[in-house]
Amino acid sequence: MIDIDITKKIHGSDGNMCLKVDISIQKNEFLAISGKSGSGKTTLLRILAGLEEADGKIVVDGKIWLDNSYSLAIQKRELGFVFQDYALFPNMNVEENLLFVKKDKTLVKELLEITELSPLAKRYPQTLSGGQKQRVSLCRAMMNRPKLLLLDEPLSALDPKMRLKLQNEILTLHKKFDTTTIMISHDPSEIYKLSSRTIILDDATIVNDGLAQDILFKKNSSENFLFEAKILNIQKKDIIYLVTISFNKELLELMVTAKEIEKFQIGDIVNINSKIFSLTIDKK
Amino acid sequence: MIDLFLSLDFQPFFLSFQLATITTIILLFISLPFAWFLSQTASALKPYLEAITALPIVLPPSVLGFYILWALSQDSYLGEFFYTYFDIELIFNFKGLVIASCFYSLPFMMQPLQAGFESLNKNMIEASYIAGKSNFQTVIKVAIPNIKPALLTAIIVTFAHTVGEFGVVLMVGGSIPQETKVASVAIYEFVEIMDYKSAHIYSAIMLLLSFTVLLSVYIFNYKQHKKFKRIL
Repeated sequence: MIDIDITKKIHGSDGNMCLKVDISIQKNEFLAISGKSGSGKTTLLRILAGLEEADGKIVVDGKIWLDNSYSLAIQKRELGFVFQDYALFPNMNVEENLLFVKKDKTLVKELLEITELSPLAKRYPQTLSGGQKQRVSLCRAMMNRPKLLLLDEPLSALDPKMRLKLQNEILTLHKKFDTTTIMISHDPSEIYKLSSRTIILDDATIVNDGLAQDILFKKNSSENFLFEAKILNIQKKDIIYLVTISFNKELLELMVTAKEIEKFQIGDIVNINSKIFSLTIDKK
Repeated sequence: MIDLFLSLDFQPFFLSFQLATITTIILLFISLPFAWFLSQTASALKPYLEAITALPIVLPPSVLGFYILWALSQDSYLGEFFYTYFDIELIFNFKGLVIASCFYSLPFMMQPLQAGFESLNKNMIEASYIAGKSNFQTVIKVAIPNIKPALLTAIIVTFAHTVGEFGVVLMVGGSIPQETKVASVAIYEFVEIMDYKSAHIYSAIMLLLSFTVLLSVYIFNYKQHKKFKRIL
């Protein structure tokens, strides 16, 4: 059980803000944190790890980690942390990276087997691919059998296939080691697949807290399909207007009447929803 | 020519290299923790400390020499203290040269080390703390092994710079044979007495040694760089 009640001034995307987080996390929960960049997600993780100071209180299994002026040393929190950029030690090979945390060869062997890294045990980080590096980083984080595992967008730099593989590994380790896991992610499918609870941080406060499916699917039920897009161009064609929008790296053109066009400008972020046609799904 | 070469007194070279070795070792032990501190601190004092450590680059050696002379002479509190309690004189001898050289070469050890530490991935250092390692263990096992090129540059440049010092040595040490007469001072004296042949030989040796040292540093760094590029 982790009780967090903290405040911290941060420089976010919209100037100075006050990060305010007051939540309790149950043992073995898999909490996903999502939200705009600059909303304080990473700061929250860093405060939990002891890498940044904050006001307030953090109590983990009855042990005080933070209580205003008192702060338990980073070294004594015995947690696991996976950074987005892997942060492996380049002077040590895979096995040594793990043994650096704890001299436990049996655990190293077990972790490398779970993540299929055993053949790479003697390789140095510079010679590994991104996915391999992140798996080493994940194994390293498990070396002190952490009660709390913190993952800061661990899969965002990886390709979709590798993501899927690592998602499974994260889930396996989460269950096997009985950890409480907190992961920052922007990927709805990832959050849906892994988390047992999701919170959304917006402008340094929690704006949503619940089950992934409730939060991610919370759309107006009359809309079959809704997404955000940006208006790139507006072009007059006879009596109608053609609006070019960008969505998920794709460009689309929509027709808009002269009356409707008045409220739109180039650069606007707009909601696009489809009510008429139904989407079909097909294998690629 | 060979006769002349053999008849030369090489003591000044030994003295130069002895001074450079001792200075480099002392500075290495002082600068490693100090550079680490400066690379990690967010203190408002940092720019002041950086400016002070960089001073010897800018100051004329005579100014530095003058202050060191003034601070270590028996008329000063420090010099008097050492003389009264330890019977140690700190100027016009080898000990004084070592102290002066440490000040003179400090930035050449400090700056590459600090730059090396600052270029390390911060998350990597934090990962070491999270793994339960103390500051000291992190420096020894993670930070230093990952700044090898900077470490080598710092050691070699400090060594070379100390071998090449002249002004400070002359002011603090004078030119006492076998005690403070290093190679650069010896060359100065050869020129003064118009013994150009000896000056030529001494200078050529210095030139060759300095070039070899610098070339080896650059070759090492070039290879490291290439190796790094290849594996990335």
